[in-house]
Amino acid sequence: MAKVWIDGETSIEVEDADGVNAVSLTVDDKKVIVSAGQTVLEAVQRMNGIGNIPALCNHPAVKPYGACRICTVEVSEDGGSKFKFVAACLYSVKEGLIVKTNTEKIKKLRRGIIELMLARCPNVKRIQELAEEYGVEKPRFVLGDQDCILCGLCVRACQEIIGKSAISLVNRGIYREVAAPFYAYELTEECIGCGDCAFVCPTGAIEMGPDGRPILPKVKIPYGEIEALMKKEAATPS
Amino acid sequence: MVEQVRRLLEKRVGSVAELEKLRQSIVDKKDSGRTCISVCGGTACRASGAEAVVDAFVDEIERRELQVQVEMKETGCHGFCEKGPLVVIEPKKIFYQQVKPEDVAEIIAETVLGGKVIERLLYVDPVSSERITYESDVPFYKRQTRTIFGANGTIDPTNIEDYIAIGGYSALSKVLTGMKPQKVIDEVKKSGLRGRGGGGFPTGRKWQSCRDIKGAIKYVICNADEGDPGAYQDRSLLEGNPHSVLEGMIIGAYAIGSHQGYIYVRNEYPLAVRHARIAIEQAMDYGLLGENILGSGFDFTVTINKGGGAFVCGESSALMASLEGKIGEPKAKYVHMSEKGLWDSPSLLNNVKTWANVPLIINKGADWYSKIGTAGSKGTMIFSLVGNINNTGLVEVPMGITLREMIFDIGGGIPNGKKFKAVQTGGPSGGCIPEQFLDTPVDFDELTKLGSMMGSGGMIVMDEDTCMVDVAKYFVEFLKGESCGKCTPCREGINRMSEVLNAITQGKGKREDLETLEDLAGILSAGALCALGQTAANPVLSTLRYFRDEYLAHIDEKKCPAGVCRELIQYSIDPERCEGCLRCLRACPTGAIVGEKREVHTLNQGLCIKCGACYDVCKFDAVIRQ
Repeated sequence: MAKVWIDGETSIEVEDADGVNAVSLTVDDKKVIVSAGQTVLEAVQRMNGIGNIPALCNHPAVKPYGACRICTVEVSEDGGSKFKFVAACLYSVKEGLIVKTNTEKIKKLRRGIIELMLARCPNVKRIQELAEEYGVEKPRFVLGDQDCILCGLCVRACQEIIGKSAISLVNRGIYREVAAPFYAYELTEECIGCGDCAFVCPTGAIEMGPDGRPILPKVKIPYGEIEALMKKEAATPS
Repeated sequence: MVEQVRRLLEKRVGSVAELEKLRQSIVDKKDSGRTCISVCGGTACRASGAEAVVDAFVDEIERRELQVQVEMKETGCHGFCEKGPLVVIEPKKIFYQQVKPEDVAEIIAETVLGGKVIERLLYVDPVSSERITYESDVPFYKRQTRTIFGANGTIDPTNIEDYIAIGGYSALSKVLTGMKPQKVIDEVKKSGLRGRGGGGFPTGRKWQSCRDIKGAIKYVICNADEGDPGAYQDRSLLEGNPHSVLEGMIIGAYAIGSHQGYIYVRNEYPLAVRHARIAIEQAMDYGLLGENILGSGFDFTVTINKGGGAFVCGESSALMASLEGKIGEPKAKYVHMSEKGLWDSPSLLNNVKTWANVPLIINKGADWYSKIGTAGSKGTMIFSLVGNINNTGLVEVPMGITLREMIFDIGGGIPNGKKFKAVQTGGPSGGCIPEQFLDTPVDFDELTKLGSMMGSGGMIVMDEDTCMVDVAKYFVEFLKGESCGKCTPCREGINRMSEVLNAITQGKGKREDLETLEDLAGILSAGALCALGQTAANPVLSTLRYFRDEYLAHIDEKKCPAGVCRELIQYSIDPERCEGCLRCLRACPTGAIVGEKREVHTLNQGLCIKCGACYDVCKFDAVIRQ
């Protein structure tokens, strides 16, 4: 018999569940039994009052991606002597795993990531809420004015659920953005106007336009750099 | 067509015994006393005009009808890039440096036919001022242990018979005839070889996990996506000795049970791509690749995949995504790529240098190999020694050599009598190591302890005129451009780091900025998705650790002690010293300097763009930089 928690307040005694496709893990010092084959994030999100893992780039309808990193937790595979940081949305549950979702280290990391997101998108409600929850005040950086956090959910929904890829992520690094084929901001007939992208967007950066197609977040690329680059390229004869 | 097939069949080596017979016949054909002129055809020597030298030799040999007596060979990189184009004349190995096409006729007449040494083309040791005649006496080469790189200077990389003549593919013979796959892996494990691409993961263990995973399809991949600024040893190895890499890959494939290999090489390395392609074609013709290799029943083919030059594609999961035809973005590696890699199949990825080590281990044995190096790092490592150093070039040394030996004995020290300041190792993921650690033995673990890393073997030497904040800024800017942008810490964090560093170098820094930089470093190392982001802060952290006072000088005094950061320096003309020679006035691109001949010049600060042109040309030290 072992004591197992089923939510934040309730524990029950269970017999050894041999032959059941389940694993037991410890989440924030509470032992739980969850079905195997899911990620730490899925398992924790299903349990009421145990663990606290925020997530922005994750959605049950699409495959996990691991971009926002806000779901980072500490895990130990060796009974607690060594912990490492992993993205909960990508890390699979396994027998005996110890998960810590809210240590000081984790909170510090999340505060840092939220500060970076808030500096990029100071006007997004979801980010403001997270900032308040984690006690992030004014970011220490030059503020941007974007809505898109580049979590890629819209792109993945269009590709994985609809099978269209009417939008994709283009460019790399800080110049990355969501665009239609051939680097257009206006959507083409590839878009069936299903609205999936707008629905999954965690920040409301994509809205449906009057023509029934979504309006993409026109990324105002960091602080005038791309305009300068484009001018430079236009000025250089190729 | 029939003729082609017949030729192919003729070349094909059907068994180990036939390979030995072929080797013997190639060696017999070679006259060891015959003059052989080998010209370095590596990319660096080509840039200094080696191709024109090669053409001149070919013409001259034809003109004098010496084709029988003299063999002419364009080899891969010899390593001493500083002094290129390099020419070595065998059998005595007379070493000529900085050879020009005009020198060729004289070399043929005097040295090849007359047996005389041309003093003017010899290398002069900057320390002893002695002229050195033979390659092996040049201090740059003398102190190296060239087990992997040595053949580069003697073989024509486009001719498989050259490689076979020096014992090439004998490790493959040994493996295919007498070693079970597990025995091969045991040997690699025992050798202590660690991955040469940067991570330093034990190679044998990687091979083992790839072998142990059940799967009908397994892949072997060579990572030739070298992208660190200042590092070019992988390129030179693939250019100069592609068969050694191929042989390593075939042995690896046999050990794990793979039948398909890939060489992922960046398209910016056209010569490496060309030589690898020729090597694959020739190995196919000779039956050393393809079906039923050396009659053993083992099949393996290799395909070249050209990368677009993204730095992040050197990361294993991004490389495999790119190989699959997807955007080169990393994935989480909670399951190793050796278990689930390319197209979700077990995939064995090793660096160019790692593969090239394999034939050596098999031929000479793990016991021999593990005697070279330190307790935790075995074998040799090829470093590219660049920056403010006299002997720029590629250096192969046993692990454990000190930084001082490498920089001062082999590298010949710092040019122009300047003082050594720091050495940056491991590329953008590495760190800057200051003078007090020059006696540190170089191996994987020691460099990590100093806050740097071995990486792929880049070594950038910096003199006293280098601003360490500027260096940190340079690497952060590099990574900002190379971050794939998938995860928040890397995309946003590196960008903000660059923002803060730019402010500091412009004199707009605050004390709190240092804490901000350290916070960002923490977010990157704990939160980033792949190694690019996780290690991105190392250049900043290591300079903060060893050169914090320089950051403080920028912040508190608004001064750049090394005189590099433009916003923090000012040029002026010392009226006491100015002779009125007009040199600076003519050099100034903005007309900021005014004055008449033989009269003291003045500098208009409003027009000055601080390019330093006046400072460089002044012969009287009259231009002051503060």
